[in-house]
Amino acid sequence: MDKMKPLLEVRNITKRFGGLTAVDDVDMQIFPGEVVGILGDNGAGKSTLIKVISGVYHADAGQIFFEGKPVRIDNPMEALKIGIETIYQDLALAENLNVYSNIFLGREKLKKFLRLVNVLDHEYMRDESKKVLNQLEIDVPSLRNKIRTLSGGQRQAVAISRSIYWNAKFLIMDEPTAALGVVEQKKVLDLVKTLSSQGVPIIIISHQLHDVFSVADRLVIMRRGKKIAERITARTTPDEVVGLIVGSLPGDYERPDHNGNLASKPA
Amino acid sequence: MIEKQKARNIFFSVISRWILFFLAAEIVFFSIVGTNFFSLNNLQNILLASTTVLLLATGETFVIITGGIDLSVGFMVGFSSVVCAKVMVELEAAGLSQAFAISSGIVAALLLGLLPGWVNGVLVARLRVPPFIATFGMYGIAYGFAEIICDNVPVHNLPTSLGSLGHGYLFYWLPGKTFSFLSKPENLTRLEMKNLVSIIPNVTVITFVVIGIFAFVLARTKFGQHTYAIGGSMTAAERAGVNVKAHLVKVYMISSFFASLAGVTYVLRFITGRAPAGSARLLDAVVAVVIGGASLYGGTGTILGTVIGALIIGVLEIGLVNLGIPTYNLYIAVGCILILAVLVDQFSPELVRRED
Repeated sequence: MDKMKPLLEVRNITKRFGGLTAVDDVDMQIFPGEVVGILGDNGAGKSTLIKVISGVYHADAGQIFFEGKPVRIDNPMEALKIGIETIYQDLALAENLNVYSNIFLGREKLKKFLRLVNVLDHEYMRDESKKVLNQLEIDVPSLRNKIRTLSGGQRQAVAISRSIYWNAKFLIMDEPTAALGVVEQKKVLDLVKTLSSQGVPIIIISHQLHDVFSVADRLVIMRRGKKIAERITARTTPDEVVGLIVGSLPGDYERPDHNGNLASKPA
Repeated sequence: MIEKQKARNIFFSVISRWILFFLAAEIVFFSIVGTNFFSLNNLQNILLASTTVLLLATGETFVIITGGIDLSVGFMVGFSSVVCAKVMVELEAAGLSQAFAISSGIVAALLLGLLPGWVNGVLVARLRVPPFIATFGMYGIAYGFAEIICDNVPVHNLPTSLGSLGHGYLFYWLPGKTFSFLSKPENLTRLEMKNLVSIIPNVTVITFVVIGIFAFVLARTKFGQHTYAIGGSMTAAERAGVNVKAHLVKVYMISSFFASLAGVTYVLRFITGRAPAGSARLLDAVVAVVIGGASLYGGTGTILGTVIGALIIGVLEIGLVNLGIPTYNLYIAVGCILILAVLVDQFSPELVRRED
C-alpha cells in the first residue's frame, strides 16, 4: 500500500470540550479498500475523533484531506456530500418505515402522479434497494417489512446498504456488533469484508477486540485523546493491543514528517 | 410454513381493519333497532354532525403521527368562527356586497388560523416546549382572543345569503322530474318542494374534498413520508437530511388550518360565530385518531382510519339520540371503544412478509 495515496487523511486534529482535550493532535491515514480499527478505552477519544470526521463536531485545530484535497466538514450533510457515511451505534433507522423507505429516507425517488404532483415511486425504490442488498449478499425476507420486525443484524445490514446505495466512498462504523448475537455479529463482519473487497475503506470503532482483529487490516490505538500506537493487525497480538490500550505498554507512535509521510509507516 | 404465515397475515390484516367492521355493525344495528335510521336524510345528518370532529381529527392525525399532540384546536374552532363571522358582519355593515363579505370572512379566518399553528410549531420544534404544554397554552390564548373579538357575545346578523351556501346541497333531485346542481330547481309547487331530495350537503363536500387532499399528501408524497419518519425516529429523519424543525412547524400549521376550517364550517352551518364553538369536540377528535389506529407515541396512523374513527363516534351519537337514549351514555360507549381500540392495537402482531 506504500505507493497508494490515502483516501482520507487527518492531520493534527484537536478537539476540546471546555478544559478537557478529548482528541489531542491526532494524525491518521486510511487507504482505499482498507479496514482500520480504532481501539481505546472509554474516554480515549475514539468517538470524538470519528465525529470530527463525520461533521458532528468541528475540530479546534487540524486539517482533513479527502482524496488528497483539503476539505472542511462543518456539518454531517457536508460529510455525506463528499461521500463519508457514518453508521452510528443507534443506526438511526425509522422503525415504523419499511426497508426500502429507510434506504431512501431523505432522498426519496419521486414520480409524477397524473402529471400534476410528485408522489413516492415505491416500485423504483424497492427495486433499487433489492439490487444493493443483493450486491452485498444481504438476506431480508421482504423489503416491505418494517424495520421494527427485523433482527439487529438485519437492521445493521439495512443501515450499511443505505450508505452503500448513496455511494459512500468511505464508511465509519461505530460499534457495529455491539448489540448483536453471535451469529449476527459474524454476518455483519462478513459484510464489512465484502465491502472492503469492493474497495470501500472502513473505520471501525469497537470494544470487541476479537471483532476488530477479524476484519481490520490496521489498528490505531488511542489513550487519553492521543494516538499512542499503530499496528498491522497481522503483526500484533490481542495481548499487546490490550497492553497498549490500558497503558501497561508504552505508546510508540511517531509523528509523520513534513510531507505527511509516516517515517515508520508499516508496509 | 409459508402457507401458515400467509393465513396468519390475512387473519391479522382483517383484524387490523376491525374498525371498518365495527362501523358497519353500528350502522346495521341502529338501522334494525332505530326508527328511520337508515335513510338518506339521517345518514347525511350524521356526516354533517361529524364535520367538526372529522376536520379536527384529520389535522390532529398529522400531529399525532409526528409524536406530538395539538390541544389548541379545541378553541381554535371558536376563534376562527368568531373571526369569520365578525369580518362578514363588519364588511356587510360597511356597505360591501354579501358575496365579498362572505368570501373575505372565510379567507380571513383561514389565514389568521395559520398563525397559532405557526406559533405552536415554533414553540415545539425550535424552542423545545413539550407539545402538550405549548398547545394547551395556545388553547387558552385562542379562547381569550375569541372572547375579546366577539365581546363575549355570539356574533349574529350574518349576511343572509350565507344560509344558501351553508345549508345548501350539492345535488337536488325531484324524482322523475328534474335534477339540479348546487341550487334548488326553480318554480316548484309546494308538493314538489316536499318531495325534493337533497343530496350531499355543501359543508360535507368541502369537508371531504379537503380531507381527501390531505389524505393523499400523507399517504403518497414525500411530505407524508417525512411525517411518518419523524414520528418513527426524529434522529433518523434528521440524519437523513430531513429538515425536521421546519417540517414540524408545517405539521402544526396543517392542524390549525383544519381547526380554522372547522370554525368556518361552523359559521356556515349555524350562521353564527361563538367563542366556545367546537371546544367540546377536542377529545372526540383525539379519540377518533386513536380509534383510527394512530399511536400517541407517533409513527403510525392514517387519514382513512381517522375518518372511520370519527364516523364511529358520529354514528353512535346520532344512533343513541335516535333510540332516545340519554347522551351521557355516549361517553361510556366512546370510552369503551377507545380502550378496545388501543387493546386490539397492542395485541396485534406486526405484519411480517416473507417475499415481495
